[in-house]
Amino acid sequence: MRLSVENLACRRGGRNVFAGVSFALAAGEALTIIGRNGSGKSSLLRLVAGLLLPADGRITLEGGDSELNLGEQAHYLGHQEALKPALTVRENLHFWSRYLGPAGIAPEAALTLAGLAELADLPAAYLSAGQRRRLSLARLAAVKRPIWLLDEPASALDSSGQARLAGMMHEHLTQGGLILAAAHGAIGLERSKELRLGDTA
Amino acid sequence: MSAFSALFVRDLRLAIRVGGGAWMGVLFFLIVVTLMPFAIGPELALLRRIGPAILWLGALLASLLTLDRLFAADQEDGSLDLILMGRAQLELAIATKALAHWLSSGLPLVIAAPVLGIFLNIDSRAMAAVALTLLAGTPALTFLGLIGAALAVTLRRGGLLVPVLILPLTIPVLIFGVAASNAALAESTFFGTPFTILCALSLASFVIGPVAAAAAFRHAE
Repeated sequence: MRLSVENLACRRGGRNVFAGVSFALAAGEALTIIGRNGSGKSSLLRLVAGLLLPADGRITLEGGDSELNLGEQAHYLGHQEALKPALTVRENLHFWSRYLGPAGIAPEAALTLAGLAELADLPAAYLSAGQRRRLSLARLAAVKRPIWLLDEPASALDSSGQARLAGMMHEHLTQGGLILAAAHGAIGLERSKELRLGDTA
Repeated sequence: MSAFSALFVRDLRLAIRVGGGAWMGVLFFLIVVTLMPFAIGPELALLRRIGPAILWLGALLASLLTLDRLFAADQEDGSLDLILMGRAQLELAIATKALAHWLSSGLPLVIAAPVLGIFLNIDSRAMAAVALTLLAGTPALTFLGLIGAALAVTLRRGGLLVPVLILPLTIPVLIFGVAASNAALAESTFFGTPFTILCALSLASFVIGPVAAAAAFRHAE
């Protein structure tokens, strides 16, 4: 599996965010996107996820499932955690694992992995920012998708949460997955390529 | 299939739980209909004659009131991004959401209408006809409303945009809904004609609404 981005340009609200971005990522590889605020890190992830349309350039995936588009084979972990406050932790995770499919590890095991097993019956409204982020990590484990698009995945996580995240990312790469992450600080990826956005500006 | 049933159950649960707003439409419907006799006056013959129109207007406005949140809530918490990245056919996922929305906010209007009809001096036979036309017509309001709700989310404009976009599309539904109800009230033979057109409008909206809403999401910036 190989993800390649050629000469990608992004335009938001009439402003050119970035242009001429190219990179390639093979199975088992990770790429960290670095750049100042507003340099387009999140936009780049959303472009790859298919949630934004590129102004120019191409995003191609070779060796994936030809029946599915890129977004349908990717996990997207954005700034918002996609949780419903009225549903319990378990109901939130069960919904996403059934809707996004195909299932990875069982939702209960994913909750234990993320350290949320004791909170499973609590409405998501009562979770802290870090616990909400942990629930998103549980979603990454409960649904099996080869490409992970992570936007500041370590934000709000405590040191044990960051260790769990690093373990999950390591496991994903060993199994031949791809990770594309936007980050300001270290997120625990040992071998990772780097892409700098906005240096020319 | 499991993706659609998961979405359906989730949306119903959210509507029923605290803060879900399933009762907001019915409450608004109740307010509109109970205020009407105070404004028009307690003339029973007049109320009986315009009763079906009042019920239909109330149901239309109550439907529009709740449509605004159909996609906006999912967009605000990021759920919409993940729904768009799902492997389920987007049109069908949107239709599933609309069905859950109609069951939680449209069907209660149909059930409440006969009770409110008593306030308007509508006899039982005409009331059955009004409830039947609402049952056939309110799904059209929800499914046409998908278009406005999706556009409001993709254009990042909330509030009044949904009613402004949707109201013109709902006028035929209102016209044929009231026409069928009045035909039943006058005991004329023409109930079938407007009622069939009303059903046709609903069936057409089942296709147009989800397809148009999905197109709005796919081409969003």
